[in-house]
Amino acid sequence: MEMTGAEITIRCLQEEGVEYLFGYPGGAVLHIYDALFQQNKVKHVLVRHEQAAVHAADGYARSSDKVGVALVTSGPGLTNAVTGIATAYLDSIPMVVISGQVPTFAIGEDAFQEVDAVGITRPCVKHNFLVKDVKDIASTIKKAFYLAKSGRPGPVLVDIPKDVSAHRTEFVYPASVNIRSYHPQGRGDSNQIRHAAQLLLEAKRPMVYAGGGVVLSDSSAELTDLVRLLGFPCTNTLMGLGSYPANDKQYVGMLGMHGTYEANMAMQHCDVLVAIGARFDDRVIGNVEHFAQVLRKIIHIDIDPSSIAKRVKVDVPIVGDLKLVLGELLDVLRSSRQKPAATDMAAWWTQIDEWRVTGGGMRYKNSSEIIKPQFVIETLHKLTGGDAFVTSDVGQHQMWAAQYYKFNHPRRWINSGGLGTMGFGLPAAMGVQLKHPGETVACVTGEGSIQMNIQELSTCKQYHLPIKVLSLNNGYLGMVRQWQEFFHGNRFSESYMDALPDFVKVAEAYGHIGLRIDKPSDVEPAMKEAFSRKNDLVFMDFRTDPTENVFPMVPGGKGLSEVVLSEDL
Amino acid sequence: MRHIISLLMENEAGALSRVAGLFSARGYNIESLTVAPTEDASLSRMTIVTSGSDAVIEQITKQLNKLIDVVSVMDLSEGEHIERELMLVKVRAEGDARDEVKRLTDIFRGRILDVSEHTYTIELTGSCVKLDSFIDAIGRELILETVRTGASGIGRGNRILSL
Ligand SMILES: Cc1ncc(C[n+]2csc(CCOP(=O)(O)OP(=O)(O)O)c2C)c(N)n1
Ligand SMILES: [Mg+2]
Repeated sequence: MEMTGAEITIRCLQEEGVEYLFGYPGGAVLHIYDALFQQNKVKHVLVRHEQAAVHAADGYARSSDKVGVALVTSGPGLTNAVTGIATAYLDSIPMVVISGQVPTFAIGEDAFQEVDAVGITRPCVKHNFLVKDVKDIASTIKKAFYLAKSGRPGPVLVDIPKDVSAHRTEFVYPASVNIRSYHPQGRGDSNQIRHAAQLLLEAKRPMVYAGGGVVLSDSSAELTDLVRLLGFPCTNTLMGLGSYPANDKQYVGMLGMHGTYEANMAMQHCDVLVAIGARFDDRVIGNVEHFAQVLRKIIHIDIDPSSIAKRVKVDVPIVGDLKLVLGELLDVLRSSRQKPAATDMAAWWTQIDEWRVTGGGMRYKNSSEIIKPQFVIETLHKLTGGDAFVTSDVGQHQMWAAQYYKFNHPRRWINSGGLGTMGFGLPAAMGVQLKHPGETVACVTGEGSIQMNIQELSTCKQYHLPIKVLSLNNGYLGMVRQWQEFFHGNRFSESYMDALPDFVKVAEAYGHIGLRIDKPSDVEPAMKEAFSRKNDLVFMDFRTDPTENVFPMVPGGKGLSEVVLSEDL
Repeated sequence: MRHIISLLMENEAGALSRVAGLFSARGYNIESLTVAPTEDASLSRMTIVTSGSDAVIEQITKQLNKLIDVVSVMDLSEGEHIERELMLVKVRAEGDARDEVKRLTDIFRGRILDVSEHTYTIELTGSCVKLDSFIDAIGRELILETVRTGASGIGRGNRILSL
């Protein structure tokens, strides 16, 4: 049967099993919206800003194992989406973004709402396409989903000119995809895996460092088995939180700039390091030269060869799907019937336990006068039993959420780690809530970040999304203020925002419930009240200590063992 | 170190900009870049001359391989290879210099393609080093204009870059 390009586009989404399409209409996508109107399989979620459409699709993908999908119009629709696309790109989130384009005959003429979408997004997508012929729509969308999901996942953009979406052709959805230039690695090299197993068994001071790749490849079970089998300590990156259960005794906490003392010290002083789906980011290992001062063998397992040996030298590189590689590594270890030497392990754990004492765990001085932000997160953890989906924005509140909410399951911690996008939290929470109706979704945000996409409270109303917003309102762009205090002589240049709105009234204006919480003793009752309202979005405006700083901290450019534990900076 | 990297890529709109964009975004050097379709019209072959430490070159190769349009990549300088570049150069050829330029062109196995009262236009093919030496030999004061294609390269013997 002949169909229009627009109808084909929607049919493709149906074929891919797309539940939700997050989008915003405009001239170049009118045909596609028309086709959308005439079906009811794919549900469209109308956001209030295209950036939010992409973040919502992103949150949907992060909290599930599906591809997030967004639809935007040409020109400003596409440019608004770019921040969202870059956010997904830096965290390797599977996503397909469909954008409208001016008609093919107008391309290059500076037509109304024309931008070079493929050119603008090129550096922040896994791949992108401009579809110039209606006959290519189906195969292109098929490829887009395949590319987004396979190998190292990432966002893929499909740009469809308006005339192409109006033209007609026969609809055939390809059964399979073959891209001759693209062959993501499945299994890892068996020799390398055996070599890795040997190193692990001989290690005296081993360390497992697991990142977002474990979450993305759904390999938490394999990771957990490996760590327990070997009796090794395990740390997670900001992106990997939940991939290893935080309540396990072998877990040493998050590492990096605001990680635990023991995680950073063990990372620095280990003799065999196995990096799994992590990329030695500058926020994780700090100063590369300092890190390299200690000699250690590094085993690096990742789906993307270009992540290996990018910032540090690696002794045993293993490229492959983490699930398969870890599975094979476990088999090799189990059939060897060997274990690392018990005396070495005991000595190493004694050392780690000493670091645990020195570091003192995640600690802060609570107050009965003023709300400490850490206390809010601890209460959130207590009341939700550590089982909520927690999205966050970017800043101090993000770090406190990562430090004080103990994630025991993957895909529960949803944050923009790579790009650090303020404005991510609320729209991402919308995607999460749609994917998980009935579950608790908490958005931990700051008074700065929330205002970058606060208009989405309106979307939440329209789709009845009972998200719990916890705004840690310190009256400052707190993370900026912290750096200015530490490194810029207390010159708080433009980090204080005057004339903040009354957030309770804002929430109410959008038809939600707003609570303002000023006293520590009101934190728990307010949260209980909020969580008891299963069907309502509740915006909690916690007035927190404006001078609180995030610790521990490895200052930028410093080494992991040069961590500052508290205010004595 | 100088490296000469060859790659095959889908002959599609925008493929070149993906490679060029990769080099600029990640701060890699490009000394020269040449590209043209191959005998298989669906494929383009590109030769990139770049330089960097071993670690940088390893990243460049990996990042190129990661581009979806790139079919295969080979670092020609890792083994035996042939490298050629074409240069057209217009020189001032007056008085005594006319004979001297002609003589040098013969020595370098170049050809004079165009002659005018005051100029010669010379074609010369060879390695980049040879072209550089020709320019030095002629002397910069005589050179009016040069145009170079950038290096193209191919492996020797059984070193073949194909699908
Ligand atoms: C879009 C964007 N702009 C600027 C920044 C830089 N930045 C990082 S944290 C931060 C402050 C965030 O303030 P707030 O949301 O109030 O969180 P707080 O640190 O106070 O908890 C800023 C401006 C950013 N990460 N993202
Ligand atoms: Mg703030």
